[in-house]
This record gives sequence, C-alpha cells and structure tokens, in this order.
Amino acid sequence: MRAIQEQNAFIMEARELNRLIETLAEKGYETIGPTVQQGAILYGHVGSAGDLPAGWSDQQGPGTYRVSENGDSSFFGYVVGPNSGKSFLHPSRETLMQASRKGDLLEFVDDPAPPERYALIGLRPCDVKAIEIQDRVLLEGLYVDRKYKERRDLLFIVTVNCAKPGGTCFCTSMGSGPAADSGYDLALTELNDDRGHRFLVEVGSDSGSELVAALTTKQATAADIDSAGRQADDAAEAISKSIDTTGLREQLYDSLDSPYWEKIGARCLACTNCTMVCPTCFCTNVQDVSDLAGNSAERIQIWDSCFNAEFSGLHGGSVRQSIHSRYRQWMTHKLASWEDQFDTLGCVGCGRCITWCPVGIDITEEANTIRKRAGQLAGTVEDAP
Amino acid sequence: MANNRPKLAVFKFASCDGCQLSLLDCEDELLAVAGKVHIAHFPEASRESVRGPYDVTLVEGSITTPDDVERIQKIRRRSKMLVTIGACATSGGIQALRNFRDVKEFTSIVYAHPEYIRTLETSTAIADHIPVDFELRGCPVNKYQLIEVLNAMLWGRKPQIESGSVCVECKRRGTVCVMVAQGMACLGPVTHAGCGAICPAYNRGCYGCFGPQETANMDPLSEKLAGLGVLATNIARLYSTFNAGAEPFEKARRQVEATNN
Ligand code: SF4
Ligand code: SF4
Ligand code: SF4
Ligand code: SF4
Repeated sequence: MRAIQEQNAFIMEARELNRLIETLAEKGYETIGPTVQQGAILYGHVGSAGDLPAGWSDQQGPGTYRVSENGDSSFFGYVVGPNSGKSFLHPSRETLMQASRKGDLLEFVDDPAPPERYALIGLRPCDVKAIEIQDRVLLEGLYVDRKYKERRDLLFIVTVNCAKPGGTCFCTSMGSGPAADSGYDLALTELNDDRGHRFLVEVGSDSGSELVAALTTKQATAADIDSAGRQADDAAEAISKSIDTTGLREQLYDSLDSPYWEKIGARCLACTNCTMVCPTCFCTNVQDVSDLAGNSAERIQIWDSCFNAEFSGLHGGSVRQSIHSRYRQWMTHKLASWEDQFDTLGCVGCGRCITWCPVGIDITEEANTIRKRAGQLAGTVEDAP
Repeated sequence: MANNRPKLAVFKFASCDGCQLSLLDCEDELLAVAGKVHIAHFPEASRESVRGPYDVTLVEGSITTPDDVERIQKIRRRSKMLVTIGACATSGGIQALRNFRDVKEFTSIVYAHPEYIRTLETSTAIADHIPVDFELRGCPVNKYQLIEVLNAMLWGRKPQIESGSVCVECKRRGTVCVMVAQGMACLGPVTHAGCGAICPAYNRGCYGCFGPQETANMDPLSEKLAGLGVLATNIARLYSTFNAGAEPFEKARRQVEATNN
C-alpha cells in the first residue's frame, strides 16, 4: 500500500476546499481548476469551490469522450479532459518579441506582459509528472524557455489523487499515478464515505505548509491514512491499459523498419490531435509577422506537431512524407529517444492521445503490438539453426 | 511615385466574387495596401484599369469556358507573381460538381437557347492550366491570410500559410473536439487549415471549405463517419461541396459510393 507520512498528513473538511481556493486567490494567484465547459471537463478559472464540477463524471475510450452528472457530492469524480498544465505554462500561442520602426532605427521589445501567477488546483498526478517532464525540456536543457520559466517559478500546484481512473488511463505503467509522490505543493485525496466527506491533505513544499496553516485542518488519523492508501490501491487496480516499458526503447529502435508502422499509418489521419492534447509534447514553430507598411513586426511561438509535413521540412521538402514515418517519429520519441535526450520517457500515461484521437489509435496497443512482433522476430532468429 | 509602387491586379473567372470581397473587407489594411501598391486592375474596387505587366496578380474563380482557357494564358504572361485565391481557383469550386454529370443535359434544361452556350464539360482549378506561384485556399479565403500572402509577395518572402489540418487550429484555440465529445461529423482532420477552426468553435463539424490538407488520409475518416452512423450518401455529400473537385475529396466520394452500391 502507498506510504503516507502521518506527520505530513492533515484532514480538511470538504467545505474547507472553498477557503483553500479563496486563500490562493487572496494571495494573488490566478486560480485554475476543473470546470464543465463545451461538454467536457476543462481546466479553467475557478473563483470558488462552487465552480468545480461536483457530481460530474466522465466516460472515456479510444476516440470517444462524454461527461454526465451522477448526482454524487464528490468534487473530483472524473479524470483528465483535453487541456492540461501545458495550456497555461506553455500556451498554444506566445508573443516572444515585438519590433517597431522608429525613424531609421528598429526598436525591439521583449513581450512586456508580466508572467501569470497560476495556482493549478485539481491537477491529476499524471499531469504533475508531465510538468516535471516539461521542466526537463524547457528549463534544464541548453536553452531555457524564458516565459515558461517565469510562470513555472510562480506556480502553485494542488494535485488531487485519482479515485476512479478513466477508460484510457495507464499511469501505472509510467510511474506517474494514480497517486502523486512528488512535484506538488499540496496533494489531496478526496474521501467521501461513511466517515464523512473530507480531504486528506499531504504537504509537499514550504508554500504548501503555509497554506495549510491558513486553513482549518486536523492531524490525519491512522484510519484516514488507511482509507486514502486503500483508495489509491483500488484506483491502481482499476486501470485496464498498460505498456510494458522494460527494454522498450531497444525494442522500438530494433523495429524502425517494421512493416507494421505502415499499418498504423494507413489508419492515422495526420491530424495532430494526439500531440496537441499531450501534456508533455512541447514542439513549437516560430513565425515572424509584420504589417503591410513594414513599420512593426512580431515574433510568435505557436504549438506545432511532428504529424505536420512541414515540421520536418528541410531544403527541398519534408523528410517525413509518409504518415507512418510521422507516427513512428512520435511514438519512438515518446517511448525511446526522449530517454536519450531528457533521461525520462516522454509519456505519463494520461491517455489523452487515445481519447482525443478521432479514430482512436491507442498508443498502448500499438506499442504492445510492435513489442510482440519484435519479440516474435527475435524468436525466429534464435530458433534458426 | 505611383510608377515605383508594385502593380497589383485582380482577375475573376467562374466564381461568386466572395474572395475578392474578402480583400475589400480588409478596410483598414486596404488603406495600407493602397499606399504600398498601385491597384492597377481591380474592377470591384476601382474603375481604373492599367495594362500589365503586373507585379502581383490575384486570380479568383475556375476555368469553365473555352474563352477562360485563353484568357488565363494572357493573364499569366502579363504577371510576375500569380496567386490563385479561393476554392474555385484552387480546386474548381462548387461548380466542379458538373465534372461528374452530363453538362449538355444541364444546359438544355436551364437555357431556352442552349445553342448560345459555349461552356466546357468541366470546372477546373487555375493551376490545371498555368503555373501558379501560390494557391490560397478557402471558401471564401480568410482575409488575414490574404493580407499575409500579399505582404509576403510585396516583401519578397515566403507566405506563412500552414498546410496541416483544421484540428491544429481547433486545438490551439481550445475548442473541445465535437467529433470525440459529441459524435458530430467533422471534416477537420482531412481539411486544410486557414479558417481558424470556426465551425467547431460554434459547435458544428467542419465542412471542408479549405479543401484537403497536405496529406489528407480520407479512408479512415470515412470509416469513422460511418461508425458515427452517418449514411454513405451523406458522407458522399460531405465530400461534394466547395472542393468536390479536389482529388482526395473526389476519390473518397467515389470510394464511399462504390462500397455503398
Ligand atoms: S503520449 Fe498520450 S498517454 Fe502519453 S502523456 Fe502524451 S497524451 Fe498522455
Ligand atoms: S492516468 Fe492515472 S493519474 Fe492520470 S488521470 Fe488517469 S488515473 Fe489519474
Ligand atoms: S494518431 Fe490519431 S490523433 Fe494522432 S495524428 Fe493520427 S489520427 Fe490524429
Ligand atoms: S472538432 Fe473537428 S476540427 Fe476540431 S479537433 Fe475535432 S475533428 Fe478536428
């Protein structure tokens, strides 16, 4: 069972959640949490606990997503929707620089807008892990993404451990859930049983500790800790999808010429949805735009995707003309070469790419098939006299 | 001074004028255009008509008559850069539906004196007849993209027009996918970006106004739509609108019709 340190765990009544949100807002945070919008659970502005989708749940499968109201009083009875921490920390469009003509000179200004101070409330453990992965890419490499860093430095994270995984979740394979072990300021486990509706609060940082001090809480008992631990174990049990990651990188590298990629390519629309919703995918394009008179210009960073042909455009055209070569690039980056580059896999098992792929291509099934074929191939080689 | 400014011309073939109107719709920007270029031929905007050669020529509309076939050659000869704008000019437009039917029968039904009508059997894209420097898609074109193309042509750089799917724009603007979350039919995955994914943002599936994206993989989408319960005849209709004559859409329509029969 999950180890929860007793001295670090508190119990907060469910109604105190509102104080938590309001206190963060009073401290100057822009409070972001799950909301029902456009028929989905999206992270968006939450001013109070009343804005949270209490009593809502989601049903997810390959290429399909629905939400429904089930009348239960839990605040967090669903998992992840199509947006994630990335939408706030590494948004789809960012102005990097502006330039304007002043007489004979050009005047350059870095984007003057001050960084947003976000509190992400109700972020799922896989999404917390995704932020850690984006940190490695955008902060810890040779080049630092300045705007990401500014927002990241100010960020406050309240994660909520999952009680009911979704139909496409596989965080257990990626070591990122269904409960968080690090990367948060506060971690909540929502307990809603015959002993009442309450939260077990674990503290992960000094600012987390400060916030708890401002709330009405009491020390968690062994029974509370036991319930939270059991809930996490049950959630892990309930996850139906998995990828076996042992030796996966080598097997993917050995399978680059597998004819199976073409089978996936025939089904893939090259629509980019999987990469856009992925909380770790970080690729962007940079565009310079100017006005017709040539008096002002802007440099803009926008989300891009390895499923676009132009993404691999070099002199003379795109290197990855075929759709299957783009899918192969994507999967082998997530599950193999990411490790070489950033010392971690590029997938947290949130299942978004499976749910939001219009044709339901499932990374777990495809990776497992590639593995199996690689294994069979290796088998035949060994069996050969 | 007027002589130093690049000369811009706008010509029209079979079309509704909507794309040219997108240019007129750029009121503020148009003032800047007017300052930057000499509008040498643009009947929608000005009576002035100056003979070529033109530095940048915009062509709207498709080729549907024997006269069009000759006229477009002359225009090409008089244009340094020639950009086609809109679904008609880039894929034959809605009028390309005639390509799949008997045109003689149409003319005999519609006109009292069909013998006066000189028309081709097909409506085709400008690029099927002459080399084109850039094709800007859309029914109608997006005015900001039009400005971007003009801007690029005037400053001698490559236009920044993305050629991937509408889904890219849909996700960037934070719209929840109507196909995945509501089971609506949407052509976004196979459609060329450019509109900014307007329809899904207004809770409708994409109609494919911008034609096929650079690598449109139609068959999996046809299967998906069938899986959503869209009848084969309706899938075929989705592929037979403003870009019916674009090869991937036409092939997919034939494929759907063939499997339905
Ligand atoms: S690859 Fe898929 S499952 Fe993995 S983190 Fe990205 S969206 Fe989630
Ligand atoms: S992948 Fe795991 S952590 Fe993420 S939402 Fe699903 S159960 Fe929760
Ligand atoms: S895997 Fe799915 S979501 Fe990703 S590009 Fe292909 S069809 Fe689109
Ligand atoms: S709504 Fe349509 S355009 Fe938007 S992501 Fe879904 S399939 Fe693509």
